[in-house]
Amino acid sequence: MKYLQIMLVMLSMLLTNSIVTAEVPQPNIPKGNAEKCVLPTAEMRVNHMEKILHQRDKTMYKGVRTEQFSFKQCINCHTVKDEQGQAVTFKDERHFCSSCHTYAAVTIDCFECHASTPSKSMAGSKP
Amino acid sequence: MTDTTSIKMSRRKFLGVGAVTAAGAGIAPGVSLISIAEAKPVDQAISSDQRWGMLIDTNKCAKGCSACVDACNTENGLNNGDELNSRPEQKAQWIRKVDLKDKATGHEVSLPLMCQHCENPPCVDVCPTGASFKREDGVVLVDKHICIGCRYCMMACPYKARSFIHEELTHQMEYAPRGKGTVESCTLCVHRIDEDINEKRDPACVEACNGEGHKAMYFGDLKDANSEVSQQLKNHSSKAIRADLNLNPGVRYRGI
Amino acid sequence: MKKINYLEIEGWSNGFIGLLAVLGVIILAGMGGMYYMEHNGHFVTGMDNHIVWGIPHVFAVFLIVAASGALNVASIGTVFKKPIYKPLGRLSSLLALALLAGGLMVLVLDLGRPDRLVVAMTYYNFKSIFAWNIILYNGFFAIVAVYIWMMMEKKMNKYYRAAGFVAFFWRLILTTGTGSIFGFLVARSAYDAAIMAPMFIIMSFAFGLAFFLLVLMLSYHWMDRPLGDKTVKTLKNLLGVFVGAVMYFVLAYHLTNLYITEHHGVEKFILAGDNEFTKLFWIVQIIAGGVIPLAIFYSKLGDSRLWLGIGSLLVIIGGLAQMYVIIIGGQAYPIDMFPGMEVVSSSFGDADTYHQYSPSLAETLLGISGIALAMIMIPVCSKVLKFLPESLADKDVDPHHKG
Repeated sequence: MKYLQIMLVMLSMLLTNSIVTAEVPQPNIPKGNAEKCVLPTAEMRVNHMEKILHQRDKTMYKGVRTEQFSFKQCINCHTVKDEQGQAVTFKDERHFCSSCHTYAAVTIDCFECHASTPSKSMAGSKP
Repeated sequence: MTDTTSIKMSRRKFLGVGAVTAAGAGIAPGVSLISIAEAKPVDQAISSDQRWGMLIDTNKCAKGCSACVDACNTENGLNNGDELNSRPEQKAQWIRKVDLKDKATGHEVSLPLMCQHCENPPCVDVCPTGASFKREDGVVLVDKHICIGCRYCMMACPYKARSFIHEELTHQMEYAPRGKGTVESCTLCVHRIDEDINEKRDPACVEACNGEGHKAMYFGDLKDANSEVSQQLKNHSSKAIRADLNLNPGVRYRGI
Repeated sequence: MKKINYLEIEGWSNGFIGLLAVLGVIILAGMGGMYYMEHNGHFVTGMDNHIVWGIPHVFAVFLIVAASGALNVASIGTVFKKPIYKPLGRLSSLLALALLAGGLMVLVLDLGRPDRLVVAMTYYNFKSIFAWNIILYNGFFAIVAVYIWMMMEKKMNKYYRAAGFVAFFWRLILTTGTGSIFGFLVARSAYDAAIMAPMFIIMSFAFGLAFFLLVLMLSYHWMDRPLGDKTVKTLKNLLGVFVGAVMYFVLAYHLTNLYITEHHGVEKFILAGDNEFTKLFWIVQIIAGGVIPLAIFYSKLGDSRLWLGIGSLLVIIGGLAQMYVIIIGGQAYPIDMFPGMEVVSSSFGDADTYHQYSPSLAETLLGISGIALAMIMIPVCSKVLKFLPESLADKDVDPHHKG
């Protein structure tokens, strides 16, 4: 019995050791199309949701569609193109938001309403 | 991985920047008190100094013409190849053409019908979450972030102006987000109202009607006595549909 | 009068397991329907931009209205202190909660975005009667739960009357709110009437009691526990009064509308139209749901439990038809935006004589599963806790029983 317990402890130590030292898969997050984002990357990584939520209320209720935190601008800048030169949508894992969100397994519902690529036919809208 | 000290530094800096921005944002609307009867600059909040509205002259509205409907659908992405599974009565409509005939006299009239952007909107009253709301400048919108899709606003609208999205959409215009399970209606092309600085662009329907040469639709600031729409309203008789409900719509009609 | 002894359902008879199985299957079918609707979008249903509230809402509102009425029996015992109703208090409260749970489940699952239920509970527009209803429904759960606890917990017995009073008034406000959902709408000719709120109150009395009578007779029959004639007769007479009262309110509503020229269109549509609503109104709501049950209750047939059950079931079916006529009929009739004008054509169906609605299987299953959920809660809760008196024989409950 004691032999079994020792075996069990050694096995679990081995396993945890291998998990800790093994290669943790990293998400493949594509670079944006501008020099830098509106805020430093580390900050955006942590706070982007807060920025998006705050901006959405400003846009909806105050009509402020500023460039800095405009969702449309985020999409425009963070476009990822496929082999044919077409922008990929959120359904594709290469999409900027998808790449990290699929990795982190955090579901977002932004793109149920919002276009995840810049509009092709910008009928009447300012580019 | 960035070390914690650098995060602390940039947090402080950000708070400083944020405070300045907040102060600026707090003062900026006050600065715009000297308001011009045009669309405001892009980064300025809207105010109740303006009220956007329309006048539709049914005498000039042509029976059989649907330029306004087609333009709205194109502008807002309603005919981008989405809603293939929905029946015709389930498909979204933001503006529709209605042809009427007076039962007593036989007089016929044609008019476009869209969200009337009431001053006292029943849809705003009944929305349980407050997703259906009236902006300070009079535009009635749906905040789809908090719309739960209960459709009570659709029951309450006296003009049946609202539509429910019955299936998944994939071809939204980036300035007009729309999604399954939420309710939507004419936005008076609020993305145009908000974005244009120097060009005063009309909603797509008005632009199309003018393009066809009918010029049956006027759009502008109802609170500005000098705007064309206010002048027209002042000089000629007009009325609201279902005026007895006292909703004071922002859309009025001449010739009905 | 003897002290009432409450007892859980004993044993696991085949009938008991069978009942749970049947109801469970219906609930699962409803959940399947709901998943299909939510996953694909509402295009799979019969609802559209004209008929925005369909069969799920008919069932949901019906169950919510019946829920508040089911509490009546407990209220008569607690608030009005009628002794013969007292032993029925626990079952009545349980039925109220069960029906409300069933109704709310259907209502919430039919939302365009049921995943946003948390938003509905955290963002409130207090001018909306819907928002108030959310608070009222949740409050009802809490209050009735406390009421049941105080009835069951010996130490809290002295407070149960206070809880009963609160529950009584709360549910009157709740049903007023439910009726006002329609009464407050100016948009449609069939709504926009102050009578909607009190009519819903009286409907709740009838439907709730019909459910209660049916559940009581069935459960005591299946459990083989005695149920005296006095209790049944008292409830029967009360149900008869309520059914009559509902008919009176329907009469007042239509009589008023018939006088108002503006509403002649919708009245003709409902009362004498060439559509399903007219048939449902006269044949199912009035005759099957009103006249025949009254005839059963007040004739010799009323002495037979079987006929009483049939009568109660007819009241329930008539109630569903009434809800269908109110909710769907009110939407099917086109809005008269241009009085005196005829709509020659419209790209959105304004020219239709009336808007058609044919419910899909998915939404019908969802609606029915609401009733199944309500019904499954009774045996499940009664198996675990002491809701049902061991005996409701006349000698045990009737204060005037001789011998």
